[in-house]
Amino acid sequence: MSVGDFGFFVICLTAIVLLAAQAVVHPSEFAQILVFGLADGAIYALVALGYTMVYGIIELINFAHGDVFTLGAYVAAAVMGFFAGTSEDTFSVSNLVALLVTFPAAMLLMGAVNITIERVAYRPLRNAPRLAPLITAIGMSFLLEGIMFVWSGPFTVHVPDLLPHGPGFNTTIGGVFIEFKDVFVVVAAAILVSLLAVFINRSKLGKAMRATAQDRDASQLMGININRTIAATFFIGALLAGAGGVIWGLYFNAITYNLGFRTGLVAFTSAVFGGIGNIPGAALGGMVIGLTAAFSDAYIGSKWTQVVIFGILIGVLVFRPTGLLGMRVPEK
Amino acid sequence: MPAARSLWSRLHLRERIRDRDTAVYGVLLIVALVWPMATIFATGDTFLTSQAAHAGTWVLLAVGLNVVVGFAGLLDLGYAAFFAIGAYSYALFASFQLASSPLHHAYHLPFWLMLFVGMFVAAAFGAILGFPTLRLRGDYLAIVTLGFGEIVPQLFLNLDQWTGGINAIGSIDQPSLPAWITGPWAGANDIAIVRDFNFSFDPVAYYVLIVILIIGAVILVNNLHRSRLGRAWMAIREDEVAAAAMGINTVTTKLLAFAIGASFSGFAGAYYGASFGLVSPDSFLFVVSVTVLVMVVLGGMGNIAGVIIGAIAIYFLLNSVLSSLPANLQSLSNAIGLGWLNNSNGAWPGLSELAQRLQFLLYGLILVLMMLLRPQGIFPSRIREQELKHAVATEEETVVEQAHAS
Amino acid sequence: MSEAPADRDSILELTELTKRFGGLLAVDSVSLQIKRGEVFALIGPNGAGKTTLFNSVTGMFRPTSGRVVFDGRVITGSKPHEVARLGIARTFQNIRLFDFMTAVDNVKVGRHVRMKAKVWDSLFKLPRERHEEERVTEEAMELLRFVGIARFANHYARNLPYGQQRRLEIARALATEPKLLLLDEPAAGFTPQEKVELMELVRKILTRGITVFLIEHDMKLVMGISERIVVLDHGEKIAEGPPEEVRKDRRVIEAYLGKSA
Ligand SMILES: Nc1ncnc2c1ncn2[C@@H]1O[C@H](COP(=O)(O)OP(=O)(O)O)[C@@H](O)[C@H]1O
Ligand SMILES: [Mg+2]
Repeated sequence: MSVGDFGFFVICLTAIVLLAAQAVVHPSEFAQILVFGLADGAIYALVALGYTMVYGIIELINFAHGDVFTLGAYVAAAVMGFFAGTSEDTFSVSNLVALLVTFPAAMLLMGAVNITIERVAYRPLRNAPRLAPLITAIGMSFLLEGIMFVWSGPFTVHVPDLLPHGPGFNTTIGGVFIEFKDVFVVVAAAILVSLLAVFINRSKLGKAMRATAQDRDASQLMGININRTIAATFFIGALLAGAGGVIWGLYFNAITYNLGFRTGLVAFTSAVFGGIGNIPGAALGGMVIGLTAAFSDAYIGSKWTQVVIFGILIGVLVFRPTGLLGMRVPEK
Repeated sequence: MPAARSLWSRLHLRERIRDRDTAVYGVLLIVALVWPMATIFATGDTFLTSQAAHAGTWVLLAVGLNVVVGFAGLLDLGYAAFFAIGAYSYALFASFQLASSPLHHAYHLPFWLMLFVGMFVAAAFGAILGFPTLRLRGDYLAIVTLGFGEIVPQLFLNLDQWTGGINAIGSIDQPSLPAWITGPWAGANDIAIVRDFNFSFDPVAYYVLIVILIIGAVILVNNLHRSRLGRAWMAIREDEVAAAAMGINTVTTKLLAFAIGASFSGFAGAYYGASFGLVSPDSFLFVVSVTVLVMVVLGGMGNIAGVIIGAIAIYFLLNSVLSSLPANLQSLSNAIGLGWLNNSNGAWPGLSELAQRLQFLLYGLILVLMMLLRPQGIFPSRIREQELKHAVATEEETVVEQAHAS
Repeated sequence: MSEAPADRDSILELTELTKRFGGLLAVDSVSLQIKRGEVFALIGPNGAGKTTLFNSVTGMFRPTSGRVVFDGRVITGSKPHEVARLGIARTFQNIRLFDFMTAVDNVKVGRHVRMKAKVWDSLFKLPRERHEEERVTEEAMELLRFVGIARFANHYARNLPYGQQRRLEIARALATEPKLLLLDEPAAGFTPQEKVELMELVRKILTRGITVFLIEHDMKLVMGISERIVVLDHGEKIAEGPPEEVRKDRRVIEAYLGKSA
């Protein structure tokens, strides 16, 4: 164990001990924060997966990914508005139908958007100097944010509260207030992540993706269609980000055009924390960072949360660049 | 007379350098000299001069980032953080801000000192940040600087006891040039031959200052470029493994590039604090780092003259073309009889408002197109004539050619 | 780096040097000694571990176990730049020049370790820096002349013809003033004529008092120039000795079976 690893574990351990102390002293407050954190973390995990998959396969920080997530939420707002009208009843069948339409619509649309971005902005630069795709990624991020800005201006967009809510759909267990949507977010994310895991491990395309991430040239020699595999990676990443956007909208009911910048960076931090390129790592990292953010909001103050999160980002890279679960690092 | 000889040979060298850069520098210098006179004469006010002085800050930033990105090939996505550090260093110690801080004492240190303090503080932060990360793979530096760039403005916002937070720091001291030529009779009614010169809000004074700073910076950076260190940076950029095998300590060499780049940013920050008179946390966001990076890339990484032009072009694009778009579109639609487009109506926000909103989108679009069309920038650095003794090269050429002919 | 029991004759001494990549033993407990002023050759089929051995000596890889002694000092696990400073220079099997730098600048990078200019000297172009630059430019030109490519001095390295690129790599390595020069398949892809010229160059390098440690595929070539040869196969040393002996060795013939050599 190196000095860096040691420092990393000492810091993690300190954080855990402090939190455990809180848990003992104020158990119900702690549990309440835990619920928020899990819900946030589930969404970060969904977005982080897209970052980690793309980085794993073409070593690009896809800055536009956070904005694809936001665009998913925007599309969701529009589609829901169309199908559910303005009904925000606590529970209705039409809301359920709207949800069933919104999820696939937003996800597929984002998949298409992300494939287009890859095709137009990244593929032509695959062999260019490193900086070039990075700048187009930032440009694409600005472009998407610009589109949403034109759409809604600087104003908050309301996302209808379609999930069952109100009396009968929440409960208090041991002083902890839990709503239906808290459970929904975590369960939906868990289902999506499991589907992804099955896909990556079982399907032919999933195997091709793993092989390409390992060694692109060798995969090409083995007859894997690299362009298609990379496009598929962007597509799947965007499916998850789109779903994340819809879920975020349903959970918070309010979005702005620049939501993706901050959320994207936090999700990216999650991916780094879990070990960038590592898919289970991203899911785990998302949960950990979501919890960290919630605890930081509650115990340190929300204005410090950003400092804490990016402090973690720097700390991880300095002390343990392979992240929590380790990444594929070629020996130089 | 060796001194005279060396001067002569250097002049001789100047003649031999016929490359584009020299011409570009010459043109830039002439434009810089006539700019204030020409624009004041043409428009009757100093608006364009102050714009140019402001653009100069960006030029300084781009020249500094070019050392990091262009010379050494390092990715820095948090350059604005060092800019902020320089600006706040000056703002805190040259205003009334610290009087309302826990220190209860306002400092008014001179600008000329703080220019260098800002520079060293930023360089120190660069070194602290770079040291643990530069050993890691290239991308990690990009990520770490990105995180740092997000943390620093947030810290200046959060530490409001010291920095005023969201209220920013205002009424920052303006530089002055002290006059030492006062007579021995100096007293209550002293007669100074030369008066203290205060920059006050005189755009021309700031313009002159920034032009001098830029010229100095360009000379120094040029010197570095063609030196042992500059070659080591380029070698690392080209092939880090081979550079190490040639005996270059890649970590310290990269650290130097990173710290020197940061010092430029801190230097520019101190100037910015003085010239703008107001330093606020939201002037140093991610978009600032990206914009400087784009200036460097557009200008053709590594090419100093190109980077200067890239910086001016991007500044012009953002602060003139895009920002005057709403007004221009509005008058255009009025002129061609589509004035009704200007009124907002339901989901239609009105033409001018739309154009306002379009700016960000257009900037993104321009970035993407620029990279797709010219990934190597407008002025990629290209072969430059080497400082060789003319005779050596020609003599050698004939010898070798004969050898090959036989 | 501590002092090791010095064998005055040997410039490089490897003791049971081992490099493992996961399950693969790329270099398996290889010991050898190189004497000052000789040409020592390392041969073996593709994938035998020759390049890995070079990388382990020059600090590109940290050896899994074993010891490297250079010029009386233990340098096992030293950083590449430290190794270069001590006096080992190398070329690469797949040429690694600084593509967008001119040939003369490539060589000047090689002079880096022997130069003294500090940041301040360069920033302000102090006279001593200027003189050093002039001197180094001269020396670099001299080296380009030595390897016979002076007329390409002001061309980008990437624009040089293949053979000249190999020569430039040698010039760059020589610029570090090495005591020991490691050449990794310097004649790969050469025509017979070019190979002969290259061997001439190696002889010229020897006369400068530099020891040469050479990896080469072409047995014949090696036979003509080196006093002693080590043969590597699957990471293991399978033979060592003067060329005539090694050529007759049964294991060497087996290892090379199916190859033209
Ligand atoms: N960085 C590395 N990581 C993993 N395996 C490696 C690495 N470098 C070399 N190898 C393996 O070590 C073995 C020896 O390679 P190498 O030293 O290049 O052989 P040679 O130079 O004799 O042709 C090969 O099987 C090669 O695949
Ligand atoms: Mg080899």
